[in-house]
Amino acid sequence: MGSGDCAHDGRGGVKTLFDRLWDDHVIVTRDDGAALLWVDRHYVHEGSHHGFRAISARGSAVAQPALTVGVADHYVPTRERQAIADPDIARMVATLGDNAAAHGIRLFGLDNPAQGIVHVVGPEQGLTLPGMLVVCGDSHTSTHGALGAYGFGIGATEVAHVLATQTIWQKKPARMRITFTGKAGPGVGAKDMALAWIARLGTDGARGHAVEYAGDAVRALGVAGRLTLCNLSIEGGARCGMVAPDQVTFDWLRGRPFAPADFDAACEGWAQLATGSDAVFDREVTIDMAEVAPIVTWGTSPEDALPISATLPDPAREADPARAARIAQALDYMGLMPGRPLESVMVDQVFIGSCTNARIEDLRAAAAVLAGRQARVPGMVSPGSSLVKAQAEAEGLDRIFIDAGLDWVGSGCSMCVGMNGDLVAPGKRCASSTNRNFRGRQGPGARTHLMSPAMVAAAAVMGHLADVRPLLEGRL
Amino acid sequence: MTGWTTHQGRAVALPLENVDTDQLIPARFMSAPRSAGYGGFLLHDLRRDGEALRPEFPLNQPQAQGASVLVARRNFGGGSSREAAVYALVDAGFRVVIAPSFGDIFSGNAVNNGLLPARVPEAEVERLLAACPTELVVDLEGLTIAGAGEEIGFSLDPVWRQKLINGWDDIDLTASHKAAIAAYAEDRRARAPWVWPKV
Ligand code: SF4
Repeated sequence: MGSGDCAHDGRGGVKTLFDRLWDDHVIVTRDDGAALLWVDRHYVHEGSHHGFRAISARGSAVAQPALTVGVADHYVPTRERQAIADPDIARMVATLGDNAAAHGIRLFGLDNPAQGIVHVVGPEQGLTLPGMLVVCGDSHTSTHGALGAYGFGIGATEVAHVLATQTIWQKKPARMRITFTGKAGPGVGAKDMALAWIARLGTDGARGHAVEYAGDAVRALGVAGRLTLCNLSIEGGARCGMVAPDQVTFDWLRGRPFAPADFDAACEGWAQLATGSDAVFDREVTIDMAEVAPIVTWGTSPEDALPISATLPDPAREADPARAARIAQALDYMGLMPGRPLESVMVDQVFIGSCTNARIEDLRAAAAVLAGRQARVPGMVSPGSSLVKAQAEAEGLDRIFIDAGLDWVGSGCSMCVGMNGDLVAPGKRCASSTNRNFRGRQGPGARTHLMSPAMVAAAAVMGHLADVRPLLEGRL
Repeated sequence: MTGWTTHQGRAVALPLENVDTDQLIPARFMSAPRSAGYGGFLLHDLRRDGEALRPEFPLNQPQAQGASVLVARRNFGGGSSREAAVYALVDAGFRVVIAPSFGDIFSGNAVNNGLLPARVPEAEVERLLAACPTELVVDLEGLTIAGAGEEIGFSLDPVWRQKLINGWDDIDLTASHKAAIAAYAEDRRARAPWVWPKV
């Protein structure tokens, strides 16, 4: 790889993974520190319409249509997809198709058997590869860092800029390493690791930083877990999240439709990307896996996360009045009583889906809990991609979900975002494998509790927030 | 986008933390074309109980009408990358948001639309919140906010400061590097041919 043979970062230190990717993509650096970076992969979705309109208004063409990939996910319905009933949604999906056709962009549309959520489809197809710089008008583009890529979300003006130039202006973020030591206990996974660090550092805890995840517990994760971990980086304010590519990455990528023809030679280069052993980070955080239990959120921000065995916070016990007020507001919105055990919180419904936790491994983890059991509340399962859906059906997972009483639907952003017809009703409480428990995220007035897919399955079986570990006994 | 160096306007308080972009504009409004104006979607659900405006909500109060500076608590604009959150603020007449911290993507989007995300230490933000509504003068050259009987400084990335002052359009700026981009692309194709997928 270009600068992979040079181990130093120009500040006298040994290079980090992030430094290598940064240096490898710089075209020019201005005196004020802004760098023009090359974009290897630009994903667009229905929400990218503002960006397309902006380049049309200037009369610009798409600079590198081959490096631009369209995916229909945010607005697509998960049922009755062939004739979309809602005219606004139909128009959004059609506009993406029109823009892709007009500019000669590859499209994973509703008629494509590989359609799904952009951050599931890109890696699954091998369109995201180690060493790449990946952008998309979606904040969870941090997901792609799991393969050793530099992926970050951009706004509509930047989407237009990337379309027109295949480049983007950036200031170099600071470097931060989050190391997970030790071994995950049973029922503990990547979602719990992510919520653990966000709860500790806060939703702006990694602001301005490129985060590299390291340590034995990260190495032990499969690619699906790494994708979940990197996906949630943005919820802690990080510019991006990444994991150095290793044999796990290479084994996972081999044979993907867009993997390099000379795959072994490419792997040799990618293996050189890892952070040097003496590299220095601007900030280091270490988390001991012995302290990470299955986690759920209780409030309206991902930092409002606690182990399932905990009790709800009590504003009366908070010394800081601003924090007490925020807790009180969050509990009020969530319809919760201070000080009560989290396990006493009854749920109305469950959702398994989203770019965070709807890969085949996530569905298997939920199915392991649900097999032979009944859900006490209604819910839906929306696979991360149509290929994941087909795989799950080949493994019989769909039967487990359906027999438990859950709906098995098509792939898309679905109930993660409340813009495609899948909504949580006002005041209803949903145990959800998604990434944002913001007010109204799953629909106006919806109350969202974030957790791993296995924990969502546990909530479904129990009818309340519940520890998955007893339900896994004899099943792991 | 037109540049600006000073802005004078009425500041209103939004004394909340973590005002994420889902609050700034709920997703269901984002399919609307910008030409229709996004101002009416700003903080849509926080401002209302059902369809009725909540009279006690800061932006619904009479003194908030015509305000162009918003003062809020930490982590303003975190979450989704939706630039529509900035469109909603700008179309509602805001030119400046003052807070102790901002979501990174939001800040970049704001600057691309002439909206200043001014970072001010927490204690000073609390004083400003208490003084609102108040008339403020924001100066991009001196990085100062004057009003409420004092002058305080704010931080802003120097690159973003220049952009706001000059009203630069990045696509035009980038055009001057056309040759360097073409040379990079050629080199990239040689080093990593897989970046260009087979058709
Ligand atoms: S699943 Fe949710 S978080 Fe992921 S891309 Fe879709 S809307 Fe965004």
